[in-house]
Amino acid sequence: MDVIESDLVIIGGGGAGLRAAIAAAESDPGLSISLVSKVVPMRSHTVAAEGGAAGVIHPDDTLDKHFDDTVSGGDWLCEQDVVEYFIGQCTRELTQLEHWGCPWSRQEDGGINVRYFGGMKSPRTWFAADKTGFHILHTLFQTSLKYPSIRRFDEFFCTDLLVEGDRVQGVLAFNIATGESVLLRCKAVVLATGGASRVFGQNTNAGIVTGEGMGMAYSQGVPLRDMEFVQWHPTALPGSGILITEGARGEGGILLNKDGYRYLQDYGMGPLDPWPRPRAMELGPRDRVSQAFWHEDQAGRTVETTNGSAVHLDLRHLGEKKIMERLPMIRELACTFAATDPVHSPIPVRPAVHYTMGGVQCDVNGATPLQGLFAVGECASVGIHGANRLGSNSLAELLVFGRAAGESAARLAREITAAPADLNAQAHEAEARRLNMLNADEGERVAVIRSEMHDIMESGVGIVRDAERMSQACERLSALRDRYRRGVKLDDRGRCFNTEWLTAIELGHTLQVAEAMAHSALARKESRGAHLRQDGFDTRDDEAFLCHSLAHHEGNGPPRISHAPVTITRSSPRERIYGRDSQPDQTAREE
Amino acid sequence: MTQTRTIIIECLRFHPETDEAPYYQSYEVPFTAEMSVLEGLQYIKDHLDGTLTFRWSCRMAICGSCGCMVNNEPVLSCQTFLRDYHPSRIRVEPLAHFPILRDLTIDQTDFLAKLESVHPYLIPSADDDPGDQPRNQTPDQIQDYLGYAQCINCLLCYAACPQYGLNEAFTGPAALALLHRYNADSRDAGKAQRMDVINAEEGVWGCTLVGECSEVCPKHVDPARAINQNKIVSTQDYFLRFLKPRGRR
Repeated sequence: MDVIESDLVIIGGGGAGLRAAIAAAESDPGLSISLVSKVVPMRSHTVAAEGGAAGVIHPDDTLDKHFDDTVSGGDWLCEQDVVEYFIGQCTRELTQLEHWGCPWSRQEDGGINVRYFGGMKSPRTWFAADKTGFHILHTLFQTSLKYPSIRRFDEFFCTDLLVEGDRVQGVLAFNIATGESVLLRCKAVVLATGGASRVFGQNTNAGIVTGEGMGMAYSQGVPLRDMEFVQWHPTALPGSGILITEGARGEGGILLNKDGYRYLQDYGMGPLDPWPRPRAMELGPRDRVSQAFWHEDQAGRTVETTNGSAVHLDLRHLGEKKIMERLPMIRELACTFAATDPVHSPIPVRPAVHYTMGGVQCDVNGATPLQGLFAVGECASVGIHGANRLGSNSLAELLVFGRAAGESAARLAREITAAPADLNAQAHEAEARRLNMLNADEGERVAVIRSEMHDIMESGVGIVRDAERMSQACERLSALRDRYRRGVKLDDRGRCFNTEWLTAIELGHTLQVAEAMAHSALARKESRGAHLRQDGFDTRDDEAFLCHSLAHHEGNGPPRISHAPVTITRSSPRERIYGRDSQPDQTAREE
Repeated sequence: MTQTRTIIIECLRFHPETDEAPYYQSYEVPFTAEMSVLEGLQYIKDHLDGTLTFRWSCRMAICGSCGCMVNNEPVLSCQTFLRDYHPSRIRVEPLAHFPILRDLTIDQTDFLAKLESVHPYLIPSADDDPGDQPRNQTPDQIQDYLGYAQCINCLLCYAACPQYGLNEAFTGPAALALLHRYNADSRDAGKAQRMDVINAEEGVWGCTLVGECSEVCPKHVDPARAINQNKIVSTQDYFLRFLKPRGRR
């Protein structure tokens, strides 16, 4: 087995991993940094983010408004001290990207242009047309090439964190092209592996978003926090799940049911006029807008498509010129994947799983409870999203906390003077376990287990939940994990570029993440943010559940769920109001 | 309901550990009108033959992973649809002009090295200090480079480029378009550093203006235009050498 020594290993080459790598390289050019990713960095899922990134720059906007929108949007489950840090850093980070060449969309005078996203009191979303994630990712990747201390391991698949003496000291990875293993020994590891939306069947995410970073940390005893909070994006193409950005509504797009009626006015986001106005109607938060779809669908007021029910996202009144300037990719996507030109007809859309609001528990510096392990981006639960993420906060999160985690991990790596642990025996044991999967003579196909997992999650842990279906989901997932352990039948027994084998390893992690979601959801006997129950726990219960959920790994058994306090600094929970009374703003500082 | 039909997908197969040469294998795949070639390949992988190997990720034409040859044309398999080929069979092969790692996956390390060689990052002038403020850039100034910033590195242009096929030292369309993207950016002052790449025989002069790269680009980047503009720059640079000592340009 090859052994690679470096000070810092960063797993994941998306926005968070690249930002962390650059921060670490800038803070100490003498550190050796290994950036390990299962895809070449510019293929990472950050590339698919469309709408934009939040940062206060508009004259009408304030940091207090960003704080309040984030905390109320998160239904008071945010770590308020972390949000405070976050909002203070967003604009600086977005400006840093400008300095690195990101083509932010501009006003006529050349200043930064911003637009509204859902749940915002003021326009706050920096955007690069409707390819913001693409431009951020390519800017970061290309900029990272300036730093000789960043050594890339493109298309290396990490399978296990190696812990010795209560500290992460290495990572086992496989070179995908050859199937050869490599032991990466280091002083600190930054997980930047993205979310886990592929737990569900209907999702907006790339195929690589399978949650193995969460799975690796979880297996080592690090709790997964707030996993029940899964974000459904209200507007994805039926069937494929391809994302139609919230920016489309930020620019003025409206949602219509089959009668051509703007149904959101019936779900606490009206009245209709005046339009447009912030935090109202189509600019409501994602949890509420997706939940409204569910009710319309139950009431039979949705449109039938060949891929299930949908509503209409109408952009026609924006006109071709504005669509081409602000939403060119949306037009292309709708034409290519839905045979609909939004200049001439409304786009059929429905909610699809979009974002994992929970993740690996960590603090404001990305430090997890396991020494030497940091987490950042969608795989992490740093605490800014609470029970419902505000659109545009996640791209900003990658940058703000990517930098924080990169700098903190670099600091830790410098402080550790002890010689690295050998790890050889541990690495060989983990390698053997992974390679052993290639020899399974019995078992089920990856696709069979995966599609059953999708079915369990869609039917049991969906937009609207109840105890009976969640319990069933928990039981079925437990049985499915048993079946997975009994064997996954692989056609492909070779080592070289064996993606069937790697997919089977991913699936093992994904199943654990699914179980953490289902059990966390069952244990939360209230409704909050994206977790909506219809079994007598229909409202928020601050007495009992103003707390985080923690899922603890329990070997082959189901997770143990515990709860932990939320940090409240200056905003006490109150009713979340959108639509009618969302103005005047309620940002006054509380004691 | 969507009608299900059947199409034959013929894939190039090659496993470096066991095969001396590539061969073709055919699969019969049921499909509906909205199924892409990528979804056809996924159907094969999931249900018929788990050994078929190909790259994919975003399935919405932005990550650049899934380029391949379909009936000899370089395409993104995620936005190429089976309905457009039925009832004929289709042949899927790895992108032309690259070494094959396995089946439909190619070795992209040569391209990544070329991408790095063009200094693809903003190099501001020494006296440009925006402090903690964003620089100004008008919409018109953005238009000068934005088209060239749309490249998703999918490598279809390399598979289409006859020059790259003949001489793999040629820097090639995507990398040269990226070079031009930074040169054309009002915030950049790094042209001089990139000049050596442009002037080299493998730089812009390697291009014979066939224009296939721009034809196949799924993001309308127009690398051919970028290269052509830099031929003018390179020519000017050539003559300027006789006027001024290098380094004082």
